[in-house]
Amino acid sequence: MAQDRGALMTELCNDPVMLEHWHPVVSLEELRRHGRCRTMLLDRAVEIVAQGEGAVVRCEAALVGSLVQYGYVWASFGEAPKPLFAVPEFDEADRRFVVTGVFGVQVSAGRAIENFLDMGHFPYVHAGILGEEPHTEVKDYDVEVSQNRDEILATRCRFYQPKAAVSSDAGAEVDYIYRVPHPNCAVLYKSSPMDAARLDVIYIFVQPMGQERIRAHTGMCIIDDASSDLEIRSFQQTIFGQDKPILENQYPRRLPLDPRAETPIRADKSAIAYRRWLASKGLRWGVIPAGV
Amino acid sequence: MMDLAGWHPIAAATDVVRRHVFHGQLLGREVAVWRADDGFVNVWENRCLHRGVRLSMGLNDGRELRCLYHGWRYANRSAGCTYIPAHPADAPARRICNRTYPGVEAAGMIWSAVAPEAEFALPEVLVGTDPLVLRPVSVNAAPGVALSMAEGLVPGGSVARGASVLFGQAGLVVFVQPLDAHRCVLRGVLLRQPEDRIAALRDHDGLLCALREGIEAAGEAAPAPLEVSFQPVDEALGQMPARGVGGGELRVQVTRKWAAAEGIVGVQLRALRGVLPTFQPGAHIDVHLPNGMRRPYSIVNAPGEEGYTIGVKRDDAGRGGSICLHDAVRQGDVLAISAPRNTFPLRRDSERVLLIAGGIGITPMLAMAQALAVQGIAYALHVFARSAAHVPFAERLEGLAVTRHLGLDAAQTGAALSGILSGYAFSHHVYACGPAPMLSAARQIAAAQGWTEEAVHLEYFANPEAIDDSSAFEIALARSAMTLQVPAGRTILQVLQENGVDLPSSCEQGACGTCVCGVLEGDVAHQDVYLSASEHAANDRIMTCVSRAKSARLVLDI
Repeated sequence: MAQDRGALMTELCNDPVMLEHWHPVVSLEELRRHGRCRTMLLDRAVEIVAQGEGAVVRCEAALVGSLVQYGYVWASFGEAPKPLFAVPEFDEADRRFVVTGVFGVQVSAGRAIENFLDMGHFPYVHAGILGEEPHTEVKDYDVEVSQNRDEILATRCRFYQPKAAVSSDAGAEVDYIYRVPHPNCAVLYKSSPMDAARLDVIYIFVQPMGQERIRAHTGMCIIDDASSDLEIRSFQQTIFGQDKPILENQYPRRLPLDPRAETPIRADKSAIAYRRWLASKGLRWGVIPAGV
Repeated sequence: MMDLAGWHPIAAATDVVRRHVFHGQLLGREVAVWRADDGFVNVWENRCLHRGVRLSMGLNDGRELRCLYHGWRYANRSAGCTYIPAHPADAPARRICNRTYPGVEAAGMIWSAVAPEAEFALPEVLVGTDPLVLRPVSVNAAPGVALSMAEGLVPGGSVARGASVLFGQAGLVVFVQPLDAHRCVLRGVLLRQPEDRIAALRDHDGLLCALREGIEAAGEAAPAPLEVSFQPVDEALGQMPARGVGGGELRVQVTRKWAAAEGIVGVQLRALRGVLPTFQPGAHIDVHLPNGMRRPYSIVNAPGEEGYTIGVKRDDAGRGGSICLHDAVRQGDVLAISAPRNTFPLRRDSERVLLIAGGIGITPMLAMAQALAVQGIAYALHVFARSAAHVPFAERLEGLAVTRHLGLDAAQTGAALSGILSGYAFSHHVYACGPAPMLSAARQIAAAQGWTEEAVHLEYFANPEAIDDSSAFEIALARSAMTLQVPAGRTILQVLQENGVDLPSSCEQGACGTCVCGVLEGDVAHQDVYLSASEHAANDRIMTCVSRAKSARLVLDI
């Protein structure tokens, strides 16, 4: 709608919360294929060039702080960026790490993360895959904001999924745990159809190009020796392809932090915790702060 | 400055086709325009209140609009939310209602206004005409610029009242629909149906396109788009309360009263002004009767239907409410009613739903059956009655999956219920409303056949048990910071109301569930038939109209 158009296009992000974080800019897989990558980060054009095992990131010829972690190049304009969060499963040798794609979306990072945390849309947006009518109930789950780790944790999440196990066509409840360890990154742990005792890891690392424009980097760290990379990738691309038109038709595009901007229900507990957590950090970029 | 009060055409009537949602815009505001199967044209803010997703992507099922993201359903006319699939056991008690704009269909177009100061009046030039609506042509120019330039670009043009240009000789009127401060749509109509329709459409389309080119070629600097802000939802909606409270009184008119069956009248109620609040299947209204009584009646309407229809059985041995409705209330009378409350919500996350109605207990079952039929959920409606002549609302039963069980005695009814309730499986639910002995039988038979307590939903007309009100105890109100004494012979509800504590109530005999209150401390002596055995055992809720304390003191969450 009208008020989103052209707003603040010329201004560069100067929000300290965003500047003091590491942000994903390109997967090593993509970088190795092309040797270099030009993209946007926080309204600035950046160029990533492969160098040895790692990469160099530049913005208008000036060097930008960077590191390589979890299969991605991360960059930050801050002087002392907050250390990157831990995902120990990346180091488990028997897991397969698959980069499932990068998706450009005309939406704010916050809306994309909130969609990733949301189970209620499974039977509607991912019908027949992650959910199926009439099994639409979002059962009560627990959400906590961990003070010492500074992250949101949603546990005891359960949702009915058709064909929940590889071995059976029957639907069953699947367990989920969600972590939001970074304003623009979330990790979900989900019952593995191959190994009942372990959890698959699925992540979304959002690269905020602008306030209303992102690249969403998705991938998995899973226990699966049956599927090919292509199968895993096309599954995740189907899922994200279903989410994208929803995300691009949400108004306003920026995430509203005022509790009265939208109508939460109990199923949205994790989203409410996420909005409050962002507000408590004093974030103003990519969101509509409360009281504006 | 834009005129927010003015009425403008926002679509051709042919844009708003059956089961479609049209994406329109007026003065910077996006609108979702959809026609229900009853012909009503809804013009809503194009944004679901839950997460801001455009409703123009939603599904129009003819009665309700379903948001694509989480399946929230919004009713025709009132735009109120009727169902939230993530919480199928709850009635959306809070008044979640989309922002609406007025919509009028006239002269082959849909007209709307952002903030009208007057009712819609058809522009004089269109009165008495049968116009041919031309293809709309959008223009990148301020509406005011387009209007004044159109006047000069075509010979003989003159700006008529409102935002339109009249071209006298051609019999053409061009309305300028202001999309935004910098964009508009030329909506042309021919005042007379031409002899050669195709040629007329082509010629005038060429004229409007030339008009657009002329206006855009002038290159006037377009103003910045309008700033549109979204109205915040009200404070209660911004939080997550477990339960909402029914609102105040509504005034309605009895538009029809008829003999619906032997001893049963149907009563149709319409709002005196505007649109009645959204109801959900299973909901009831309290009707304030001319004799001073207040009685609850279930709404029998299908989703999205206008007004409320109730069915009332004459009960000569009752307390007088039904006799008053049968004998004293006439068509045309104005009555006060409460907003609908739903203490008998219908889950729609079921694989199969059984609906069992005994006698006048058919009323909530009808609303449920019609909702399930529209939504395509498997269901079976079983109606128990003395004879075919005792089954009301035959016209609504047509087309529903109904089985009639007529003239059965208690033993035969039990046998029929056993047959109906056989074959329980996961995700099956049964709803029953009828006389107490029948419901008790249904509860026992269901339990014996393996139905879980959560899958059995019963609504009693009245509490068949004798109420013991001999105890005396103290109640502490945690949120109101008050301590009150409940003497023998008085109910908690009466004591609360006497002390100015507002708690809605309806049947006042422990059957309807309206006066429920949370219990924080103390042991409850339950005497209601609304809560199930395990809910009684949980000891965390109380029906304040009949239940009392076993302990000397109760702490209530109010």
